[in-house]
Amino acid sequence: MTDNIETDVVIIGAGPVGLFAVFELGLLDIKCHLIDILPKVGGQCAELYPEKPIYDIPGFPMVTGQGLVDNLLAQIEPFHPTFHFNEMVESVEPIGTPEAPLFRVRTAEDGTTFTCKAIIIAAGGGSFQPKKPPMENIEAYEGTGVFYAVRHMQMFRDKRVLIVGGGDSALDWTVNLQPIVKRLTLLHRRDAFRAAPHTVEKMRALVAGGDMDLHLGQVTHLKGKAPVLEGVEIKKDDGSIVSVDCDVVLPFFGLTMKLGPIANWGLNLHENLIPVDTEKFETNVPGVFAIGDINTYPGKLKLILSGFHEGALAAQKVHRYVYPDKKLLFQYTTSSTSLQKKLGVTA
Amino acid sequence: MGVIHVTDRQGQRHTLECVEGWRVMEIIRDWGLPIEGVCGGACECATCHVFIAKDWVEKLDPATDEEEDQLDTVITHPTSRLSCQIIWTPDLDGLELTLAPANG
Repeated sequence: MTDNIETDVVIIGAGPVGLFAVFELGLLDIKCHLIDILPKVGGQCAELYPEKPIYDIPGFPMVTGQGLVDNLLAQIEPFHPTFHFNEMVESVEPIGTPEAPLFRVRTAEDGTTFTCKAIIIAAGGGSFQPKKPPMENIEAYEGTGVFYAVRHMQMFRDKRVLIVGGGDSALDWTVNLQPIVKRLTLLHRRDAFRAAPHTVEKMRALVAGGDMDLHLGQVTHLKGKAPVLEGVEIKKDDGSIVSVDCDVVLPFFGLTMKLGPIANWGLNLHENLIPVDTEKFETNVPGVFAIGDINTYPGKLKLILSGFHEGALAAQKVHRYVYPDKKLLFQYTTSSTSLQKKLGVTA
Repeated sequence: MGVIHVTDRQGQRHTLECVEGWRVMEIIRDWGLPIEGVCGGACECATCHVFIAKDWVEKLDPATDEEEDQLDTVITHPTSRLSCQIIWTPDLDGLELTLAPANG
């Protein structure tokens, strides 16, 4: 039997907007758990552009993606949110009534369930998933000859392995798997690698020593009767075609965003976005809110600052679901001692 | 005023009127052709990948390192570019390109 966690709110997505929602909910005494498919907080800010400067966050003439995430974490620290990483929400089941919503939320990986009174979807562009290169019939080999991640290195022991890509994942797995596989080949489109310099050096030393092969070019097709992979054909950058025999291909082409299971939760969708009202940012399902890049409404702008505003307004309505009998008094953090107590800034 | 010619994934060629200063990705998207442009032109996703017609490659500003890094995340042809990194000017009147296959 897996665990069931009871909480006020489940926030799906731990990007900047999901993080700030913790703050707005926290001021209203609402507890939350955050679930994210990535192994860390920050969403796109941390995954796509941690080093890039952002210039349109109010009050910050310039802040990097990671800098913003770090500051948000510090800001919500008083509310002690619980994070669940590397997990994707698979299903959302309404078990209450429209007036008193209650939901059972289930994750895909380990099947943890949550019971909560409201759900805030702050999933940005959807869940990050490995990019599948457009190779013909690649699906037919997935799980046998094609893997987008390495879960157990031992699976590849004594196999002929072809790694495709030139980033950190490709290079890290090249040097990590090389000692245990039968033969390792790295394929990249150009002779430049976007990875830690010492890992690149290590790879080059292995190539120089004849302990692995490096090809520059692109896979043109996969060979072997599916699901058994026997090799690939590569078009090299000089235009010549070579054949590489291999049992396994590991394409590391980065991550992309997919809406994923959200499409199956009974929510209205418009071009992969979730329509909401602009008073409460609630979806067509009472108790389910959508904030940040994943929602849509007339005039919507996909800006981080819009997501912050949306979270603040959604929190007001969430309060009515969590504390139906309490009247909500609107207060400012500058003057309210009760808010300051919650933030731990006053005795 | 000028145009670009875009061949879609079904092989159909579309002639699109352009706005000076717009990213080619935005022009393609504005006309409703299926180009994702997930990151909105920030050179962060490679979902606006296109193949430029050979005769036009030399007429474009070369790809930056940042663009090359993103091109590493897709299967490229020798004339691959990210259309969000090409700003349309009247010099590119008649630019011919093909949408790359969508990533899975």
